[in-house]
Amino acid sequence: MTKIKFCDVVTMTMRILGIETSCDETAVAIYDETQGLLAHTLYSQIALHAKYGGVVPELASRDHVRKLLPLIKEVLHAANTQPHEITGVAYTAGPGLVGALLVGAATGRSLAWAWRVPAIGVHHMEGHLLAPMLENPAPTFPFLALLVSGGHTQLIEVQAIGRYRLLGESIDDAAGEAFDKVAKLLGLGYPGGPAIARVAQQGKSGRFTFSRPMTQRPGLDLSFSGLKTQVLTTWQAQTIQDEQTRADIALAFEEAVIDTLLIKAQRALQQTGLKTLVIAGGVGANQWLRTRLQQLANELNIQVFYPRPIFCTDNGAMIAYTGYVRLKAGFQEPLSFNVQPRWSMESLN
Amino acid sequence: MKLLALETSTEACSCALYVDGTISQRAEFAPRKHAELILPMAEQLLAEAQLLPAQLDGVTFGQGPGSFTGVRIACSVAQGIAFAANVPVAPVSSLAALAQHLYQTQGHEKICVAFDARMKEVYWGIYQLNQQGLMQLQGEECVCAAHQVPLPDEKNSWVGVGSGWAAYSEALSDRLAGYVQHYDSEIYLHATALIPFALAMFAQQQVYPAETVTPVYIRNKII
Repeated sequence: MTKIKFCDVVTMTMRILGIETSCDETAVAIYDETQGLLAHTLYSQIALHAKYGGVVPELASRDHVRKLLPLIKEVLHAANTQPHEITGVAYTAGPGLVGALLVGAATGRSLAWAWRVPAIGVHHMEGHLLAPMLENPAPTFPFLALLVSGGHTQLIEVQAIGRYRLLGESIDDAAGEAFDKVAKLLGLGYPGGPAIARVAQQGKSGRFTFSRPMTQRPGLDLSFSGLKTQVLTTWQAQTIQDEQTRADIALAFEEAVIDTLLIKAQRALQQTGLKTLVIAGGVGANQWLRTRLQQLANELNIQVFYPRPIFCTDNGAMIAYTGYVRLKAGFQEPLSFNVQPRWSMESLN
Repeated sequence: MKLLALETSTEACSCALYVDGTISQRAEFAPRKHAELILPMAEQLLAEAQLLPAQLDGVTFGQGPGSFTGVRIACSVAQGIAFAANVPVAPVSSLAALAQHLYQTQGHEKICVAFDARMKEVYWGIYQLNQQGLMQLQGEECVCAAHQVPLPDEKNSWVGVGSGWAAYSEALSDRLAGYVQHYDSEIYLHATALIPFALAMFAQQQVYPAETVTPVYIRNKII
């Protein structure tokens, strides 16, 4: 029997294929240890879910199956990479939608098995957390991370890779979730973040004011569920529900969310004494939030980092990079793959 | 011909390896453990045959209907392996595979397959042995209420198989009175039963690039 000799992974420059399928984006990227990000691509299912006002998990899973391999082929081509040059495969293993995660995990783990290279299941939020590392300049440790997405709103002290301390988080809805729900009740469509930001540009400040939840209390936890209810009550109380009223409410809501995030982030910076703030997650793409954070950073004389907007939302690049970091540190998955729909980031420590 | 077969559409998880006429297999009744089991099974079978995945000539998988998550696991694993090994894929109906399994193990040639599809429905297919020794679909596969399943063209001598016969035994027995003499709801689907179909498909070059194969859910009303 012929024996096929495979390249010795250890002596090769690492080149990692990253796969993200935790929610409604199918995304793939290739990260090279020396050359950095070689290519990334993404297919968004937003149009598929828009008419339902949110992600339908079964539809998402089905679409990932159709899109994933074509995207992998596309990204290999774009990165001018032959399959045998891939030295490891990273896939999002959680948190997220279980069926959607399983598509990426099953495909990624099987590719790695058949290629005879190691695989690594990546924590989606660690991916977001490390996404700013793809930028130049990249932040240096330690830093405070404000993770704001559709599923999470967290303040995390990052001492080093794999050393995370959760300082506070939303006790109910995530900030992105609140944007989605408020957009839906104002009839603005899905996804809510960009829809509200767009309409709010036409809004007049001061006509409506919503509370900044939990900012009067000590601590770093957040809450956005009550804010959503305030918006609903206010909207329903309007006898004239015209475009201007809609825009004014959207603006007041956006102001309230951003103010709340800023107050808590500032409090966390003061408590920890950290001088670097990193923003990640889909809400981090909000331009106004970025502007306000930059102002805060200037006032406090600290540095603020955020990934480019397409790396704030779900993407393959952050998974490829985080996979590279984890594989480099010696972690890898057994052949038994699995996913964790709920997964605390502190468990990575 | 070296062919890897994967079947995870029911509560059974199984993997089979065909190497030039010899079949080896692994199977386990393991609800919700398919992701944990399927690749270790494949690795063991290939190791015993002293093969590497890159030496495979093809991959076949049970494409459903069945558990949505289950059929996706088989499909995604088949896609990943076939893409990496640069070989085509032969997707096979999981209903047909169970009919084939019953033929291979018990010799029955006329079979009504019913998988429990939950929500008071079954995935349904009527199969009859053809001259090539393969179970051939009569009419169409469907998902429907147990008391409304399509009937075979002729009465008598049919055998029922699949989990649907346990979940809706009364409704199916009433509906198939005069058609089905007995049924077996305890036989589990096996990846070995995919292989005869896949070999025929490879022989006729009715095989597909990895990125084009998908599960067959049949049930598309999911919201």
